[in-house]
Amino acid sequence: MAIHQIDPGLVPFQILDPEGNLVGEMPALSPERLLYFYRMMRLARAFSDRIIAMQRQGRATTFGSLTGQEAATVGLAAPLQPQDWLATSYREIASLIVKGVPLSTLVYSFRGYTPPNWPAETRCLPYQIVIGTQIPHAVGLAMAARIAGDPVVAVGVCGDGATSEGDFNEALNFAGVFRAPVVIIVQNNGWAISVPRHRQSAAPTLAARGVGFGVPAALVDGNDILAVYETVRQAVERARAGDGPTLIELLTYRLGSHTTADDASRYRDPAEVEAWRAKDPIARLQKFLRRRDLLSEEQDEEIGASVLAEIDAAVREAEAMPPMAPDSFFDYVSATLPPRLQEQRAELLRFVAPSPSQRQPGERR
Amino acid sequence: MAEMTYRQALHDTLREELQRDENVFLIGEEIGRFEGSYKITAGLLQEFGPKRVVDTPICENGFVGLAIGAAMLGLRPIVEIMTINFIALAMDEIVNHAAKIYYMFGGQCPVPLVIRTPGGGGQQLSATHSQNLEVWFAHVPGLKVVAPSTPADARGLLRTAVRDDNPVLFLENLALYNTRGEVPEGDYTIPIGKAQVMKEGHDLTIISYSRMAVVALDVARRLEQERQLSIEVVDVRSLRPLDHETVVNSVKKTNRAIIFEEDWRSYGVGAELAATLQEEAFDYLDAPIQRVAGAEVPLPYSKPLEQAALPSARQLVEAVDRLAIRKRRVVYA
Repeated sequence: MAIHQIDPGLVPFQILDPEGNLVGEMPALSPERLLYFYRMMRLARAFSDRIIAMQRQGRATTFGSLTGQEAATVGLAAPLQPQDWLATSYREIASLIVKGVPLSTLVYSFRGYTPPNWPAETRCLPYQIVIGTQIPHAVGLAMAARIAGDPVVAVGVCGDGATSEGDFNEALNFAGVFRAPVVIIVQNNGWAISVPRHRQSAAPTLAARGVGFGVPAALVDGNDILAVYETVRQAVERARAGDGPTLIELLTYRLGSHTTADDASRYRDPAEVEAWRAKDPIARLQKFLRRRDLLSEEQDEEIGASVLAEIDAAVREAEAMPPMAPDSFFDYVSATLPPRLQEQRAELLRFVAPSPSQRQPGERR
Repeated sequence: MAEMTYRQALHDTLREELQRDENVFLIGEEIGRFEGSYKITAGLLQEFGPKRVVDTPICENGFVGLAIGAAMLGLRPIVEIMTINFIALAMDEIVNHAAKIYYMFGGQCPVPLVIRTPGGGGQQLSATHSQNLEVWFAHVPGLKVVAPSTPADARGLLRTAVRDDNPVLFLENLALYNTRGEVPEGDYTIPIGKAQVMKEGHDLTIISYSRMAVVALDVARRLEQERQLSIEVVDVRSLRPLDHETVVNSVKKTNRAIIFEEDWRSYGVGAELAATLQEEAFDYLDAPIQRVAGAEVPLPYSKPLEQAALPSARQLVEAVDRLAIRKRRVVYA
């Protein structure tokens, strides 16, 4: 049982050790499902690498590396039902992909545009770049679902740095007081830009925060996708059954820099990075699958090629999407544009080209 | 005089104030080991150690409140808020406490606190990271707000702010950090509450502050060469207290005014300036006061869209055209 009553203790829950050995009870997962996990982790890593490369080429904006956190981010999204909500930061892009947000939509967003077709049906909030604010939103989504009587669970995910913000702690308090059907997940990747985890909180674990708020908590090896999946699955089921919130700390590591605007080698000990590289979450599942004859070398190569092809297609699609019209930022300022802003839009259009919707039929730019 | 960047001027001033007064210390997110998101505090942790340069957990209200407490006991904290956008989290400590403690404690306890923070757009940082929120603070009694546009002013005003016994919001601008300018030698200071006439002129006055003052000066010089228009440019430098005298005297001379600001138009700094001018220079105005400001939208992420939403030199030139279509008016002796 991954979820302890209130106090999570200090030993992270683990099912696969770093060598891919089974050291806990195997969750009920089919070989197809395990291969799906593996493929999604490979996809997440390749996607992160691609967007970073595009940023270097001037084809994408600032991007935060996902590398090293694939087990945590794929594993946390995998147990969710289509009706469940997911509110994440920029570090959980893989979770959004698992929940169904198309790659091309994400690529379009990293080109600097607001996707016009953000898939609301995936029940993913657009990823949040302000620190920790999505956690109160997740609690609010959960409480709304509970009031409506829907068997819906909300999952809010943030990083270790966000646990210092008032938003995180206030959200945890509300979750506890109102027994909200919410799972609050902290991806503890060791670093908030250059600030190490021990300078963020003197508490031995971030999961221990649950004690102070009366919220059951779990401490989990975040590079073990089976442990992540199983813990989140139990927490989601607890919430759905009306048993209240859970706090989960996933211990993982940001192998890359904070974002494309950062160089982590300036402040991090390379030995620490190498030690975590040896605990690579993708290699861990790969070893397990190979050992069980669930993944042949040919299959592995085929997966690598297919994720690259999928990313290529998504990038092509996103780059073929028209850029947003220069005055389009007026469209969603408010439900109806007040007269003052209509004037500002008209004023602006004297300086920039009009949006397609405002051009007359047959009119050419 | 020495030429340096706005960033260097800030860095050197922080360093000198740390050296000059052992009560001065720096606190904020990523200012030590990371040397600041915009590298204003480069090398200072190494030189002054972790007691004088304090990296914090991510909790803005917490470290602003902590700095207020330290200031109440006579230390002189200089807080860095990574960008002004994150200051929303610390509003209670700033507005209800930093600004009011001196008053509510009957003058027994000044709060000599500086909050340095950059604002402004144009850096592709998207809607929640590109705002101009200084007017929130300019509205609050008990706070001082300064917004230097040049390296020399950054230096002189930062010195004054650190030595001032009141809480001072010191507004920087992301797009100004790499700009260069002449900076006087020596321990000069610039008083808070004094505007600067950046360029004298007769035909109209452009009033601005921070980055837009630099754009305004550039436009004024260009129009002088191209169209023989004589434009006066006033950089208010200090939003609270506001130097009415300099602004009003300029408009009494030129009779026409344009206010050029990066923030949103409604209820912005320009609204206060326009109200001041109609109160104190109404009979001198020959034309309605013009405001050129940012479109009232969340700032877009994409570069072309962001540039479209920000106030531009082109819009300023058009406002000049509206007010001063004729060449310089004949001055009857």
